[in-house]
Amino acid sequence: MFDLFKFLSKDTSSKNVAKDRLKLVLIHDRSNCSPEFLEMVKGDIMRTISEYIDIDEDGLDIRITQTTDDEGKPALVANIPIKSMRRK
Amino acid sequence: MGEVIVITSGKGGVGKTTTTANLGAGLALEGKKVVVIDADIGLRNLDVVLGLENRIVYDIVDVVSKTCEPKKALIKDRRFDGLFLLPAAQTRDKDAVTEAQMVELCNSLKEEFDFVLVDCPAGIEQGFKNAIAGADRAIVVTTPEISAVRDADRIIGLLEAHDLRDPELIVNRIRIDMVKRGDMMNISDMTDILNIDIIGIVPDDEQIVISTNRGEPAVKEMESMSGKAYRNITKRVIGEEIPFLELEIQEGFMDKVMKIFSFRR
Repeated sequence: MFDLFKFLSKDTSSKNVAKDRLKLVLIHDRSNCSPEFLEMVKGDIMRTISEYIDIDEDGLDIRITQTTDDEGKPALVANIPIKSMRRK
Repeated sequence: MGEVIVITSGKGGVGKTTTTANLGAGLALEGKKVVVIDADIGLRNLDVVLGLENRIVYDIVDVVSKTCEPKKALIKDRRFDGLFLLPAAQTRDKDAVTEAQMVELCNSLKEEFDFVLVDCPAGIEQGFKNAIAGADRAIVVTTPEISAVRDADRIIGLLEAHDLRDPELIVNRIRIDMVKRGDMMNISDMTDILNIDIIGIVPDDEQIVISTNRGEPAVKEMESMSGKAYRNITKRVIGEEIPFLELEIQEGFMDKVMKIFSFRR
């Protein structure tokens, strides 16, 4: 029973929280990418996608994070809300 | 020809100076000829940790500016045969020494000494650049805290950018009780994240405070856990294969248990 509890609580132990936070912050530190760089990428992505789709520019969220698989490699993730699909 | 080892960390207060003092004394106990250099100009501390603060006449700035001969500035530690200290200047700033001067100093000292240990200041500015300039090898000290590990990662990147490949890690102030209950990162957590080889683990130990109060390196305290940890690190630095962590931690833990059941005093 004790072991089961331990097993269940494994992911929320404070050292795992620290480890996860550290991994994420190191991805940013190591990528050495400035907010200006992200803004430039954001601008280019918006321009390109706007040609095909109506997007919600205020709701656009783009960030460097890590892949959700075990390897946790750096990943550029963009969340782009769509207002409407544009007709040809 | 000796070897120049820089002891660095990025973050302050993780135990660079204590590590330098103990490693220096440990190497001397192993029969090596060692000089420890305090590169933290303006915040001199290696002298007090070693208990040699009353014997300073000249300092590193006097040596690099050729005001005095290196030999004259070196303080011989009478307790540890073969250990010498080159103190930092206390009333100057980091710019009082240049990288080129550090390289020259390290190169001349390693002709005569088996080991030249450089105690690096915290930070990544000029003081850091000076301290690593003449180094052949780097040891990074960290504690199991998120801030210290993050800074260690940054330092490892900078060391590699300066061609100090494969730095080795010392994890200081680990608390086995907290590791066991999952409230402190363990050794493999840290080596996974930092992706570097470990050369030692030092348990959080009251003895360090006591030794530092007295100005006597803990490495000579046969009874203390930290003393043993530093002796093991010393042996690994000179290339001996000393079995690792798990055991070391277990032993430390058992020591603690023994102490609780008052086998001491």
